[in-house]
Amino acid sequence: MAIISTVGLARTFTTPQGPVAAVRGIDLTVRPGEIVGLLGPNGAGKTTTLRMLTTLLPPTGGAATVAGCDLVRDPAGVRRVSGYVAQSGGVDPNLTVREELVTQGRLYRLPRAEAVARAAELAADLGLADLLDRKAGALSGGQRRRLDIAMGLTHRPAVLFLDEPTTGLDPGSRADLWELVRRVRAEHGTTVVLTTHYLDEADALADRLVIVDRGVVVADGTPRDLKQRHAGSPDATLQDTFLAITGHGIAPDESAEPGGPLGPTASAPTAA
Amino acid sequence: MATAALSALCSDTALIFSRYARQTLRSRFQMLFGILMPLLYLLFFGPLLTDLPLGSKGDSWQVLVPGLLLQLGLFGASFAGFAVLIEKQSGVLERMRVTPVSRLALLLGRVLRDAAVFVFQAVLLVLAALVMGLRAPVGGVLIGLAFVALLTVSLASLSYALALKVNTPQEFGPTINALTMPAMLLSGLMLPMTLAPGWLDVLSHLIPFRYLVDAVRAAFVGDFASAHMLYGTLVGAALSVVAVTIGTRVFTSAGA
Repeated sequence: MAIISTVGLARTFTTPQGPVAAVRGIDLTVRPGEIVGLLGPNGAGKTTTLRMLTTLLPPTGGAATVAGCDLVRDPAGVRRVSGYVAQSGGVDPNLTVREELVTQGRLYRLPRAEAVARAAELAADLGLADLLDRKAGALSGGQRRRLDIAMGLTHRPAVLFLDEPTTGLDPGSRADLWELVRRVRAEHGTTVVLTTHYLDEADALADRLVIVDRGVVVADGTPRDLKQRHAGSPDATLQDTFLAITGHGIAPDESAEPGGPLGPTASAPTAA
Repeated sequence: MATAALSALCSDTALIFSRYARQTLRSRFQMLFGILMPLLYLLFFGPLLTDLPLGSKGDSWQVLVPGLLLQLGLFGASFAGFAVLIEKQSGVLERMRVTPVSRLALLLGRVLRDAAVFVFQAVLLVLAALVMGLRAPVGGVLIGLAFVALLTVSLASLSYALALKVNTPQEFGPTINALTMPAMLLSGLMLPMTLAPGWLDVLSHLIPFRYLVDAVRAAFVGDFASAHMLYGTLVGAALSVVAVTIGTRVFTSAGA
């Protein structure tokens, strides 16, 4: 039983220079309680995929359901069952942690008293209790990220989407954040879909990796599987594995890319 | 079903309104900054007009103050969209858009806050004008404030819609400037268009604000049943309906 499934999910942007296919067709199946990492270079279509799955961007092709709600027919349902933390976060730096958490509860239509109680509960749970009256702009990077995630968890979503959750964090804060994501899953059974271009993050945090390149899924499996299958050994580095799968490194260096199309490596089987 | 949706819209609008009203109240500077320009006109431009023949009913203050009230709304509300551009960049807007909150409330809450702020500033401006020598019927002043509210709702809706459509402040600012300056000059905000040569008078009738300022000037001299009043009300109402409809379309479209 999948909690997220997409078939041929696609998005083409019209630009003055003509249509640009940011996402060509994503087939994705996520089981309840999984932590899935969407891995790929900048521009691969990871963020566009998340923006579609969170109803921010209407797809131009394909279909998807999130926790039983159809993305196109029932976007309001998708919003109720899923949380989203964008790369830029999304808190007003001039407001206090308390005010943002309470407002977020109200945006999810909690009555005022419940929103206040939920804010206190989230703050205690995410180590923000002593910071409630501090302005969001005065938080450290790690604290700020925990606040962003608290905002996304306000309504106890079944699915949490995280877009590059640790970009810009110091190594200690990154490790703390990984721990937090694992704990959320362990305590609430929350399904987590995150994007990253950090290979160590993908390796350490995700149960399963979905490698996206130029708008399509090019490989899908546990980190160990992918290393075995594509780099010949479970002890291979993820960097070598990634190179074997995509024919180029994770860094978005266009000049290093071979001229050919996606190639035979694009036909990796999709795990159910 | 429909009443549930309506009550959700109302409570969401109240929530968004109070969020941004608190933001405004925290910044006295933001609350008062808007009246600086019309206040300077009142103090340093107004006295030049007192002995000039302006070709219209009433004294010079009854001609100038209505223009300044609408100038306040025109320049203030047109730039309201800057706040949305900032929220787009900080991710606040998207964070709100992934919640079930009514998309229309995200527009209406902001627009109503703007209307409240500019009516408040308009009251201060009228008080300053009274000190300078303005005498006008209370009913006329109240009608003037209602027109400020109507104009603010219209222009703020359009400004937010434009802010959602453009990507950078560099596109937004010049566009607004290019629209507001000619609108101000051609609508006769500073001096009545009765002074204008024929071609300029004709041109100014193409600008909707012309009808609004004529109506408020009529209200300030007590001409409540005049044609100016009627046209101003019709144009003001039509403008706000069109503007809020455009704003609603842009705010409710999923990709915005």
